[in-house]
Amino acid sequence: MSVATLDLSRIAPAFADPVRESQAVFREVMECMARPGRITRFDRAPQAPNGLGKAAGAVALTLFDFETLVWLDPALAESEAEAWLRFHCGCPLTTDAQSAAFAIVTDMAKAPNLAAFNQGDAKYPDRSTTVILQIASLEGGPTVTLSGPGIQTTTDIAPQGLPQDFWTQIETNQAQFQFGVDVLLVAGDQLLALPRTTTAQIKGG
Amino acid sequence: MSTPVPARANAPERYYNYAYLDEQTKRMIRRSILKALAIPGYQVPFGSREMPVPYGWGTGGIQLTAAIIGPDDVYKCIDQGADDTTNAVSIRRFFANVADVATTEDTGEATIIQTRHRIPEKPLKEGQVLVYQVPQPEPLRGLEARETETRAMHAYEEYGLQYVSLYENVSAYGRIAATAGYPVMVEERYLMSPSPIPKFDNPKMAQNEAVMLFGAGREKRIYAVPPFTRVRSLDFEDYPFETQTWEETCALCGAKDSYLDEVILDDAGDKMFVCSDSHHCAERRASGHVGPMAGHTLDQDAALKEPAQ
Repeated sequence: MSVATLDLSRIAPAFADPVRESQAVFREVMECMARPGRITRFDRAPQAPNGLGKAAGAVALTLFDFETLVWLDPALAESEAEAWLRFHCGCPLTTDAQSAAFAIVTDMAKAPNLAAFNQGDAKYPDRSTTVILQIASLEGGPTVTLSGPGIQTTTDIAPQGLPQDFWTQIETNQAQFQFGVDVLLVAGDQLLALPRTTTAQIKGG
Repeated sequence: MSTPVPARANAPERYYNYAYLDEQTKRMIRRSILKALAIPGYQVPFGSREMPVPYGWGTGGIQLTAAIIGPDDVYKCIDQGADDTTNAVSIRRFFANVADVATTEDTGEATIIQTRHRIPEKPLKEGQVLVYQVPQPEPLRGLEARETETRAMHAYEEYGLQYVSLYENVSAYGRIAATAGYPVMVEERYLMSPSPIPKFDNPKMAQNEAVMLFGAGREKRIYAVPPFTRVRSLDFEDYPFETQTWEETCALCGAKDSYLDEVILDDAGDKMFVCSDSHHCAERRASGHVGPMAGHTLDQDAALKEPAQ
């Protein structure tokens, strides 16, 4: 479906009450960003199309607008998910990972390296990309121990379906602070955050 | 006890958006908050809006609160520790009106605490957000007037000038003279202004359980300290950081360990010291703590009498 012939009847609804729901979603995302590894659930968020999960959709509806250039996974190009984002968020899309404020990655097999996205400027590190990675599950995978700001001592997570070298990428990302992307891991209606300050250690690794 | 949600005067119509700001502004502020949390102590520029109070009255803090507040929140606002000062009362009423939110003076039951220049005495906990009103977010501004320069100094972690300034303090006064807005280092990377809180409160910033957000409306900056983050007050090995102490106790509740305000009582120079944190003091008095002037009432007739010849 091309954007030029947007068929409104095929665009799924977004938040029923955008003001209240986006506030509630933001507060959860904020707590997650402040406490890396904390898992939250958006079970009341609207279902986004094309296998885009509730959590990824809720974040998009809450944070994307005409000011944010969004890099959308090529797997979702020309899809109903793309039309859904364009219609509800009004966000411009880009294929240039370097210029993206947000990125949504759904196809983990072809996921770009985190270093491909905007790493921020020395004077303006806040201009880096926030990368939303949609994976199989936030539980049941190999255990990884997190530490850093927002975590009292350490906390364990066990996400499933990440690329082989993902934790090496996170290590590289963390080591170049103040540069770096901030990652939101989403699976279905669940979300956890891995800001650039978080150190990850694979258990037994 | 929290004050129940007041009936809205213009219900069911509303002539402004929920929490006053429009949704696009809130999204912009929310994006800035997330980046601020990801880069602790770094000042994120944001498109600060005009608010219905002048700059300097807490426009940065108000915009942060407006971007995060929801109807389930319990809101507390303090000014120099006190819930009952004009600025605090009017901002609290503002959010009760525009955000249909319950308000409280109780530090423990608040979910959002907006503050001007104090951190409450009661330790904060997970689930609470402390929103600071910040007049000047740039700790280096007094040393370097140009934003282009201070931004480069932060970018390259070039903080020598700050230490020279502290050294000049030591050589001139024999100690580091700053008592409020005492500069801190966050996660050993970004130099940060703690806002003009007394240095007495600086140690409370380190490893705090609550999320701490800082908003400067006129200067258009947002920054943050996540929970459990290292925050170190600058000092020297031979001139270690120290907080204020008092020989007096709170005249009303007898507290020995809280931040005290000096209050002049008459023209003869009589004075008393009271807790700056009004809720902390009230809570202590309610649980039976008594200070040297507790129960004292002003003798107005005596005060109006002609001074003795």
